[in-house]
Amino acid sequence: MDPMAEIRLTFFQECEEQLAALENGLLSMQEGESDSETVNAVFRAVHSIKGGAGAFRLGALVSFAHVFETALDKVRSGSLVPDADAMKLFLRAADALSDLVSASRDGALGDTAPYISIEEEFNALIGGGTAEEDDLSGLDFQPVVTAFEEPPPPARNAYTIRLRPLRELFAKANEPLALFRELTRLGTFSAHCDIKNLPFLDTFEPEDSYLSWELHLESESPQSAVKEVFDFVEGDCDLAIDLRQPVTETAPLPQEMDITAILRKVREEAPAIAATAAAAAPPQPEAEAAPRNKAAVQPTIRVDLDRVDRLINLVGELVINQAMLTQRVLHSSHVRDREVTSSLEELERLTREIQESVMAIRAQPVRPLFQRMSRIVREVADATAKDVRLRTEGEATEVDKTVVELLADPLTHMIRNAVDHGLESPEQRIAAGKPPEGTVKLAAAHRSGRVIIEVSDDGQGINRPKVLQKAIANGLVPPDAQLSDSEVDNLLFLPGFSTASAVSNISGRGVGMDVVKRSIQALGGRISISSAPGQGSTFTLSLPLTLAVLDGIVVTVDEQVFVIPLTAIVETVKHEPSRIHHMGDHSFVLRVRDVLVPLIDVGAELGVRAPASDLRSGVAILIETANGTRSALLVDNIQDQRQVVIKSLETNYMRVDGIAAATILGDGRVAMILDVDALVGLRHHDWAPAEIPLAKAS
Amino acid sequence: MTVKILTVDDSRTMRDMLRMALLDAGFNVVQAEDGLHGLDVLRNEQPQVVITDINMPRMDGFGFIEAVRQDAQYRAIPILVLTTESDDDKKLRARRAGATGWIVKPFDPAKLIAAIRRVAA
Amino acid sequence: MIEKSATDLTREAEFVAFRAGGLEFCINIMSVREIRGWTPATVIPRAPSYIRGVINLRGVVLPIVDLGVRLGLPGTEPTARHVIIVAQVGERAAGLLVDSVSDILSVEDTSIQPTPDVASNLARTFVRGVIAMDGRMMSVITMDNVLPAGMELEAA
Repeated sequence: MDPMAEIRLTFFQECEEQLAALENGLLSMQEGESDSETVNAVFRAVHSIKGGAGAFRLGALVSFAHVFETALDKVRSGSLVPDADAMKLFLRAADALSDLVSASRDGALGDTAPYISIEEEFNALIGGGTAEEDDLSGLDFQPVVTAFEEPPPPARNAYTIRLRPLRELFAKANEPLALFRELTRLGTFSAHCDIKNLPFLDTFEPEDSYLSWELHLESESPQSAVKEVFDFVEGDCDLAIDLRQPVTETAPLPQEMDITAILRKVREEAPAIAATAAAAAPPQPEAEAAPRNKAAVQPTIRVDLDRVDRLINLVGELVINQAMLTQRVLHSSHVRDREVTSSLEELERLTREIQESVMAIRAQPVRPLFQRMSRIVREVADATAKDVRLRTEGEATEVDKTVVELLADPLTHMIRNAVDHGLESPEQRIAAGKPPEGTVKLAAAHRSGRVIIEVSDDGQGINRPKVLQKAIANGLVPPDAQLSDSEVDNLLFLPGFSTASAVSNISGRGVGMDVVKRSIQALGGRISISSAPGQGSTFTLSLPLTLAVLDGIVVTVDEQVFVIPLTAIVETVKHEPSRIHHMGDHSFVLRVRDVLVPLIDVGAELGVRAPASDLRSGVAILIETANGTRSALLVDNIQDQRQVVIKSLETNYMRVDGIAAATILGDGRVAMILDVDALVGLRHHDWAPAEIPLAKAS
Repeated sequence: MTVKILTVDDSRTMRDMLRMALLDAGFNVVQAEDGLHGLDVLRNEQPQVVITDINMPRMDGFGFIEAVRQDAQYRAIPILVLTTESDDDKKLRARRAGATGWIVKPFDPAKLIAAIRRVAA
Repeated sequence: MIEKSATDLTREAEFVAFRAGGLEFCINIMSVREIRGWTPATVIPRAPSYIRGVINLRGVVLPIVDLGVRLGLPGTEPTARHVIIVAQVGERAAGLLVDSVSDILSVEDTSIQPTPDVASNLARTFVRGVIAMDGRMMSVITMDNVLPAGMELEAA
C-alpha cells in the first residue's frame, strides 16, 4: 500500500482512539472531575485530530476541530468554567466531531449545518469569534535588515552578512557552522572570523560568545532566502544582511561593533557565568532519578489482525491434530502404555494452554463498546425528552474481538428499548416517587468461564398484561394459556412480536427482540430477561469467552456424529421406555423425576431418519435452553466428552436451523454441533408449555 | 555517518509522517511518545537532532526541552519544536525553554529537512 | 469476478474439462482452487438434495455439490474414484462432485458459443455457453448459482 494511504489509515484509527478519550474525559468533567490532566487530555484529543486533519487537508474537519479546540483551550487555561449546559454542548460537539471524522474518512461530507450551528454556539460561549489562524506575526526581534521588497534581483547578488552570536544562540544549540553550510548551498560563500574578543584562557568562559563573523555570499537567491537561513537565531544574535558589492579588502573590524562595550559586558558577566557554569557542570542526580519514576507503561505491539487469526487457525489445527493423534495411538495399541498415555495427556494440556494464550490475544476490553452505548443513550434521551444516565461496570472485562463487534447491534437495540420503552418520562417518574433521572446500567463480568453482560434499567418494567394480550392477538399463544411471569417476559423473544403501539423512530424499525436473541445465539450465547413492574427490567447475556472452542458431548444418531454443547446440558437420563409418554402425533414427553419435559427425537428433527412412532432405545439428554426451559434430546449413543474446535459452517455454506457450527473430529471428519435452543424451538411449532409439573402422587 | 533524529510526538499519525519524511531524506529515525519517553530514548539512542511536539501527556514539549537543557550531557543537542502557525505564544515559550528552531504543522517535508540542516552541525 | 477477463475478445482462457452425470463440462481455471479425490462427506441436516454434505479441507468446512443432481441429472453414489473440484464462489469455496477430470484446455473467448435454446432452464442458470472442440461439446459452468439461493443473505 502506498505509504501515505497507510498513514491515512493510521490517522483515522488514531482518531477513533482520540474520540474515545475525548468522550471519556468530557464525561468525567461532567461528573465533576476538573483536574488539569483530564482537561488537558480532552484538549489534546481534539488538538491531535486537528493536527492530523491538517496534514491530510481535511478542511472541514480542521476548521470544526479548531473552534472546538479554542473553546477547550479556554477551559484549560481557566478563563472559561463550563456549566452543565456548556458540558452538554461539549458532548454534542464531540458527537459531531465523530460524525465529521467519519464523513471525512468516507469523503461524504453531507449537510454541514449541524457543525455550523455548534460552531456558533461555541462562539457565543467564548464570546466573539474564535481566534483566527494567524500569520506568523513577527514575534521575534528582527534586527536591521532591509524592510522593503527586494527589486528584481540581478543575475547575482552580493551579500555582506555580519553575525555576532550572543550566548543564547549557543544555549539553544544553534551552531553558526550549520548556518554557514546552509549559506554555501545558496551560492559562493566565504567567512571571515573576528577573534579580537577572544580572551586568554584564564578568563575564558566556555558558555560565552566571543566570536563574530563577516560573511560574503554571492548568490542568485533573493534576500528573503538569505534571511530565512537565520530564522532560528534571530533575537539571539546581532545580524545584519546587506546587499552590496563584495568587500574586497579585509576590514579590521566591522564598524557596527563596539568592542569596549562588549568587553565591559563580558567582564561584568564573567563571575555570574562562572557560577552558573560550575553549577551546571556536575551531572544532576535528581534529573536522572525523575524519569525513572515514570508510571510503568506496559509495552505493546501492534499486530495485523490477519496474523492473529492465522495463528488462531493454526492452533486450532494443532488441537485437532493432537486429538487425532491421541485417538489413533490409543486405538492402535491394545495395551495402554502408561508412558505414552501420560505423554499424550501432557501434549493435550500444553496444546490447550497454547490455545488459551493465543485466544487471549484477541481478547479486548468491552470499554469501547460501552462507550458507544453512552452516545446512543444521549441521542435517544434527547429524542424522547427523557433524562437518562448511563452507568457502566466492568468495562475492563475482556471479550473476544469478534464478540465485541457483533454485540454492538444487539446492545444498541436493547439500550434504545430501555430508554424508549423501559424508562418513564421525568414527570411520570416523579409521580411514581422516583428520581426524574432514569438510569440504564451496563455491566460486564466473567463468571464460570463465560462473559455475563447485563443491560438493566430502573424504569417501569415489562407490562405483562399488555404483552400477553399482544401475544394472543398475534396468535403466538392460545387465548387461554396460563403463563408464569417469566414465561410472559420471554414472549418478547418470539418472532413477530412488538409492543410498540406506535412505531417509534427509535426502536420500531421492525427489529424485534427475536433478532437480538438470534444475534446473541449466533455468538454462542444466551439471553434471558427478568423484570419487576414499576422497578425495571434486566436483560442478562451469557457469552462464551472464546468463539473458537467448545466443550461438548459427542453423540451419535444413526451413525452420524453430533456434538451437544456442554453448557446446555443438565444431565443425562437413563432411558427407560416407561418414562416416555406419547402425546399424539409425534410428540413425546419424558418423565424426569416429578416433571414432564418434551422429548425431542434428534434424528427425526434433523431429517436423519423418519419420525418414530415409539422411541424404544437410546439415551436422553436433559438440556436447558437460554430462557431456562427444559427439554430432553434423544440420541442413540453418547461417545465421550471432548473439547472441540468450532469451525464455521456459514463461511462456505449457510446457516442451518438446529446447527450451531461444525467441528472436525479426531478422525478428520466433520461433525455438526447442535444448536440446542433452535432444536427446541423448531419442535414447538405450536405453543406448548415447556414443562408440566406433575401433581404429586397421591 | 548517518544522522540520527529523535521524534517525540504522542500522535501516531504524526510520528508515522515524520518517520516517512525523514527516512526518505536519508536520516535514521528513533521515536518516542511523550516527553518522559523521549528522555529515555534520548539517553539510549543518542541522536544528533530532536524534533518534538508540544502538547503531550505525562511530560509536554516545554518540560522535555527544559529537562534536556538541564542535562549536562545532552544540553547542546539541537531541538526543533512542532508548532501550529497560530501558536506564537507557544513558540516563544518553547524558545525561552531552549528550543533551537521550529517546524510548522502541517509540515512540508522540504521545509522539515531545511530546518534540520540549519541546526545539525 | 475473475471470469470477466474471459469475455475480453482478444483473450484466451484456460478451462478445466470434466465429466459429470454422463456429460462433459468445463470451468474457467481461474475459478478452480484445487482438485482432489473424494472423501466421505458429513450430511447437513435438511440440505437440498444436490448438497452431499461437507468435508474437511485442511481445517475448512467445505460443502460438496453433486453437480449432476444440481443440473437435474441422476445423482451418483460417490466412490473413491470420484473427483472433487474445489471452486471459488465469490468469497466462498465449494466442492463440485464430478465423475472425472479430463484435461485443461486453452480456449479463445470467441470459441465460446451461446447456450443452445434446447437447454433446460435449469441448465441455463449454471451454463454460460458451450465450447465445441475436437468433436466434443462442453458446457461452460459458472459457479454463480450453483450454491443454494439465499446464501447471500447469510453473509456473516
